[in-house]
Amino acid sequence: MDNTHLLLAVSGTLFTLGLVGVIVRRNLLVMLMFLELMLNGVLLSLAVFTQLLGVEAGAVLMLLVFTVAAAEIAIAVPILLLLVRAGHTLDPGAYGGLKG
Amino acid sequence: MTAMNGMLTLLVLLPLAGFILNGVLGRRLGPVFVNGVGVGLPILAFLTALWAWRTLEAGGGVPIIETVFTWAVIGEHVFEVAFYLDRLSAVMALIVTGVGALIHIYSIGYMRGDEGYARYFAYLNLFLFFMLLLVLGRSLLVLFVGWEGVGLASYLLIGFWFQDVTKARAGRKAFITNRVGDAGFLLGMFLIFTTVGTLEMDRINEAFAGGLIPLGVATAVGILLFIGATGKSAQIPLHVWLPDAMAGPTPVSALIHAATMVTAGVYLVARMSGVYLEAPAASTLIAAIGVLTAFLAATIALVQTDIKKVLAYSTISQLGFMFLALGVGAYGVAVFHLFTHAFFKAALFLGAGSVIHALNGEQDIRRMGGLARRIPWTFGTFAVATAAIAGLPPLAGFFSKDAILWFALASGQGGAAWLWALGSLTALLTALYMFRLLWLVFLGRSRMEPETERHVHESPVTMTAVLVVLAFFSVIAGWFALPHYLEPLLPVPALRFDSALLHWAQIGFAVVLALLGLAAAAWLYQDGGRRGDEAWERFQRLHRMLAGKYFVDELYERTLQRPWRWLSDRIFLRLGDRVLIDGSLHGLAGLARWSAAVFARVQSGSLHWYAWMTLFGLVAVLIWVWRHV
Repeated sequence: MDNTHLLLAVSGTLFTLGLVGVIVRRNLLVMLMFLELMLNGVLLSLAVFTQLLGVEAGAVLMLLVFTVAAAEIAIAVPILLLLVRAGHTLDPGAYGGLKG
Repeated sequence: MTAMNGMLTLLVLLPLAGFILNGVLGRRLGPVFVNGVGVGLPILAFLTALWAWRTLEAGGGVPIIETVFTWAVIGEHVFEVAFYLDRLSAVMALIVTGVGALIHIYSIGYMRGDEGYARYFAYLNLFLFFMLLLVLGRSLLVLFVGWEGVGLASYLLIGFWFQDVTKARAGRKAFITNRVGDAGFLLGMFLIFTTVGTLEMDRINEAFAGGLIPLGVATAVGILLFIGATGKSAQIPLHVWLPDAMAGPTPVSALIHAATMVTAGVYLVARMSGVYLEAPAASTLIAAIGVLTAFLAATIALVQTDIKKVLAYSTISQLGFMFLALGVGAYGVAVFHLFTHAFFKAALFLGAGSVIHALNGEQDIRRMGGLARRIPWTFGTFAVATAAIAGLPPLAGFFSKDAILWFALASGQGGAAWLWALGSLTALLTALYMFRLLWLVFLGRSRMEPETERHVHESPVTMTAVLVVLAFFSVIAGWFALPHYLEPLLPVPALRFDSALLHWAQIGFAVVLALLGLAAAAWLYQDGGRRGDEAWERFQRLHRMLAGKYFVDELYERTLQRPWRWLSDRIFLRLGDRVLIDGSLHGLAGLARWSAAVFARVQSGSLHWYAWMTLFGLVAVLIWVWRHV
């Protein structure tokens, strides 16, 4: 097993860990963190393939995704704060009434 | 000869213009405009018809063909809207526009103040338009458009006072009964087209005259077209609509249900005489149906108590006479009777309208009597027309009816003694019921209700003048030798025996019969019909049967309407409409609702549930990729 395979395995593990965390945990803040973990897993695989195939655009795309992810979190955390201020809990089950 | 000066097109379009103008603007512009357009244009149409007739005669009677436009080209078949004027259609056009114009003038007085004054004239003009289309069309297709159109106009005018449910229903009955006949007409047209390959009537006649058409086809065509004619011309078994059609305004009864539209069947058979000459079996059927209709309708007319119903049955009876003539090959004679009948029957109906007008809507002849001195003009013209229809010489009906009876006996194309005997008996009954009507309405002592009697008044001059004109023509119309005039088109049948003596005896006998009817009516009904009532006391069963019109309506109700209603209700409504159509729609809606309920659960609002579903989706996609790539 060479480096590439190892890195891809790490990437898959990160993604799976993140997914399991999102599903299993009942704390919105922790779920957000696990979402970031999933994103990191995906980005890692993107970085590996960029190196492997020698496509520079991949590196640019990666930087872009980082930026977008940062922006997302910047919006998600204030929303979460507002939710908690209104509902006094971090349990997502309490906000089922928000379905469209 | 092909004249392209648009004369016939103008003739047809004048009443249509009247319909459109009156229909769109009539209500807004008031009665002066309505009169000007609604009466003026039919008079113009009559003048145009006269001009067309003069042109025809100037050309020596060679048919004038005027192609208006090409309707459709299907493969090698070309369907044109073309007008065809020969002596037959000229006579018909003159009757339609002439009598039509007179009745329009009469209507000014009769319909004054009616709420639907403009609508009435619009419909009446529409009728004239379609009738002219029917009479002048060269192709059976154009004739059929007119044929359906006059049916529509008839329906609209019978149900003119549609707020009254019985009147609206009478209109519907007329329309539906006519559809039965039309089905036969259409089938006949199909058969002609597949056999001959054209629907232009002059060509059809030529093709059949060639003698190459098999007898079976000719007979089938003849019978199918005759079925169409029985519908329009109220012959047995489709006669039931005409008496009910009297629900319309009286001038409408005079124009549509006596003088013109109901004679369309006679015109059709006469026009297609080339077919009937090749189909003796169909001709025999026509003669038999004609004479039976004439006789049975006359017997019913004997006991009717509604003035318009008597005249309605008399119309059916006279149409029966015309078909008798057609059946024995005397086509010109049938048209002759059509011609004379148009005048005296229009005069009778308009006279009846004048009586009803005078009595403020009273139609029951048991509550009339003694009107002769109160409304002398109406009485005088009505008496002349009565004598004309009864066949007293030298009035119009005498000549035409006598010719029919003579050919019923002597024609080489199906003349028979029994046709003549039944026809003569009918002639006797005709004189009897018509003079009964005259006596009960105008003579004897008054049986009117005092309130009605005080208001009796002679009709305005627009009405009486028309009556006088029509009565005048009822006198002289028989002096035109119409069968001779039409002979180049409609050959007179060869006689079985050429005996002038027998002919004179026949004429004498017919006159004796008419006088006998007059005498019997005078004796039975001179004093309010007391003797007549006593006579009927002895034949109560017969009287009940005649008063019930042989219970044909009831028979149709039992044998046709009820099964149809059952079928419509059970099969078409409950099974077809409610179960199949509604059921399938409701089923589809239910399916949508059920699946919506199922899928709504997916979107529960639980974040974890969404995450799980994402997981399942991812796993499923991965498996699929692994399997297929």
